[in-house]
Amino acid sequence: MKTKIQNRIALTTIRIIALLVVFILMFLLGDILIAGVPHISWHFLTAPSQSFTSGGGIGVQLFNSIYLLFLTLIISFPISLGAGIFLAEYAPKNFLTATVRMAIEVLSSLPSVVVGLFGFLLFVVQMKMGFSIIAGAIALTFFNLPLLTRNIEESLTAVPDLQREAGMALGLSKWRTVTRIVLPEALPGIITGVVLGAGRVFGEAAALIYTAGQSATNIDFTQWNPLNSASPLNLMRPAETLAVHIWKINSEGVMPDASAVSAGSSAVLIIAVLFFNLLARLLGNALYRKLTATKNR
Amino acid sequence: MDPIKNKIQNSSRETRQDLLGKILSYSCILLIVLVVLSIFFFVASKGIATFTVDHGNFWTFLTGKTWNPIVNNAKGQPEIGALPMIVGSFGVTILAALFATPFAIGTALYMTELASKRGERLLQSVVELLVGIPSVVYGFIGLSVIVPFVRNHFGGSGYGILSGSFVLFVMILPTITSMTVDSLRSVPRFYKEASLALGATKWQTIYKVILRSATSGILTAIIFGMARAFGEALAVQMVIGNAAVMPKNLLSSASTLTSILTMGIGNTVMGTVGNNALWSLALVLLLMSLLFNILVRLIGRKGRM
Repeated sequence: MKTKIQNRIALTTIRIIALLVVFILMFLLGDILIAGVPHISWHFLTAPSQSFTSGGGIGVQLFNSIYLLFLTLIISFPISLGAGIFLAEYAPKNFLTATVRMAIEVLSSLPSVVVGLFGFLLFVVQMKMGFSIIAGAIALTFFNLPLLTRNIEESLTAVPDLQREAGMALGLSKWRTVTRIVLPEALPGIITGVVLGAGRVFGEAAALIYTAGQSATNIDFTQWNPLNSASPLNLMRPAETLAVHIWKINSEGVMPDASAVSAGSSAVLIIAVLFFNLLARLLGNALYRKLTATKNR
Repeated sequence: MDPIKNKIQNSSRETRQDLLGKILSYSCILLIVLVVLSIFFFVASKGIATFTVDHGNFWTFLTGKTWNPIVNNAKGQPEIGALPMIVGSFGVTILAALFATPFAIGTALYMTELASKRGERLLQSVVELLVGIPSVVYGFIGLSVIVPFVRNHFGGSGYGILSGSFVLFVMILPTITSMTVDSLRSVPRFYKEASLALGATKWQTIYKVILRSATSGILTAIIFGMARAFGEALAVQMVIGNAAVMPKNLLSSASTLTSILTMGIGNTVMGTVGNNALWSLALVLLLMSLLFNILVRLIGRKGRM
C-alpha cells in the first residue's frame, strides 16, 4: 500500500508543479500583453519616439529592427550555408573537424554582451565605423552563425544517403549533388531554422547597445538613396532597435510614459516572436509538401 | 589536339565544380573559426592589459572588494576588486538554477510521462514560445512585476540578487525544460516497459529508471541554463540595482559582471585603466562560458559510457 500512496503523492506533486509553471508563465505573459496590447495603435507603430514628452511611438525603432534583421540574414545565411555544407558533406572525421565543431559550440554559448563588445572594439573603434547599422548587423551575424550552421548541418544530415548515391550514380559532381539534390530536400528544415533564428535576432539587445548604438536618428522615409545620411537604408547611421529601446527608456527614466511605451513594445516583440514561430511551422510544412508531394506530414 | 587526349589529361567539368564547392565551403568554415579566434584574441589582449600595462594586481582583482579602477590604492595599483561582481554573477546564477531545476524537471516529467497527447503538444508550443522571448522583455517583466513584488513581500528597495534570480528563473526555466524533455524522450521505451512489467509503480519507474538514465542529459540542460543565466546582461541589469559593492544580503542592491560591463563601457575612454578593467570582466565572462562548455563536454562523455 505504501508504494501506491507514494506513487499518488509523487504524481500529484508533478502535476501541481506543471500547473504552477504554466500558471506563472501565463500570468507574466498575460500581464505584459494586457498592459501592452491596448497601447498598440497605428500611431504607436509608426510615430517617431519622444525622449522627454509622452505620446511617442516606436516607428523608427520598428523599422530599424526589421532592417537589421534583414541585413543580418543576408550576411549570415550564405556563410552558415557554406559552413553547414562543409560539416555535413565534406568534413573529414579528424581532429581538425572536431576542433571546428567545438569552436562553433563555443561561439554559440558566448554571452551576447561579449559578442557585442567584440563588435564594438573591432568595427566601431578600430575600423572607425562608429555606431552603425552595419556594425550591428555583423555583430548579430556572429551571434546567429553558430545556430544557423548547426541547424543547416542537421537538416542536411537528415537527408538519406540514398539520395547522394543516386546523384553520384548519375555522374554528378559532389557539389552538384549537394546543391541540386540534397539541399532542396533539406530546405524545409533549413527555412524553419532560419525563421526561428530570425525571431532570436529580432529581440536581441545586448549585442547591439554598443554596435548599432542607442540613438534613433530622425530618418526621412521619402529619401530612399542609401548614400544619403537621412535615408532609412543608410548603412552607416546609428540605429536603435525595439529591444534596445525598451532597455534604454527603462534604465534612463526620463520618458514620462516609459512603462506604457515599454509595455507596448514588449507586446509587439512577443507578438513578433509568436509570428515567427507560426511562420516557421507553416513555411516548413508548406515547403515540405510542395517539394515532396506528400499530402500531410 | 586529340579530343580524347584532351578529355583524359584535363580535369573534367565535374572536378572543377567540386573544387569550387570545396573552396566555398572551406572558406565559410574558416571564416567562422577566424571569428571565434579573433574574439578570444581581442578580448584577452584587452583584458590582460589591466595587469600588464596598468599594473593591476591579479589577486586584488579576484578578491578585492572595492571597484574603482580610476583611483589608485595605497600601493599605487588601481582599485580593481571585482569580487562583488563575481559574487553577484554566481549568486544570481546558482539561485536561479536552484529555483528552476525542480520546476523544469517536474514540468518535463509531466509532459513526457503524464500528459495526454494534446496537453503535451500544447505545453511544448508554450515552452518553445517562451524560449524565444527576448531577454529585455523578461527584464521589463522583472521591473514591472517582480521588483514591486519583492519590495512588498520581502522588504528593501526590491532591487537586488533575489529579484535578479527570479527574473533569471523565469528566463531559464523554458530552456532547461525543453532540453530536459529531449533527454527524457531519448530514454529507450523498453526501459520503462521492463520496469512497469516488474510491477513497479509509475513513480518508481520515473524515479529509479527514467531519471537515472536521463541524468547526464538533465545535468547538461541545467548547465546550459546556468551558462545562459551567467551571460545574461540586460534582464539582470534592469533589476539588480547596479551597485558595485559587496551584497550584504539578497535584498540589497548588487551587481553582476555583465551589468557593470553594459553600464561602464559607454562611460569610459578606450585604453584607459577604467576601460581595461572592464575588459578584464569581459574576459572572466568569456572564460566562464568556456568552462561551462567544457563541463557539458565532460558530462556528455560520461553519459555515453
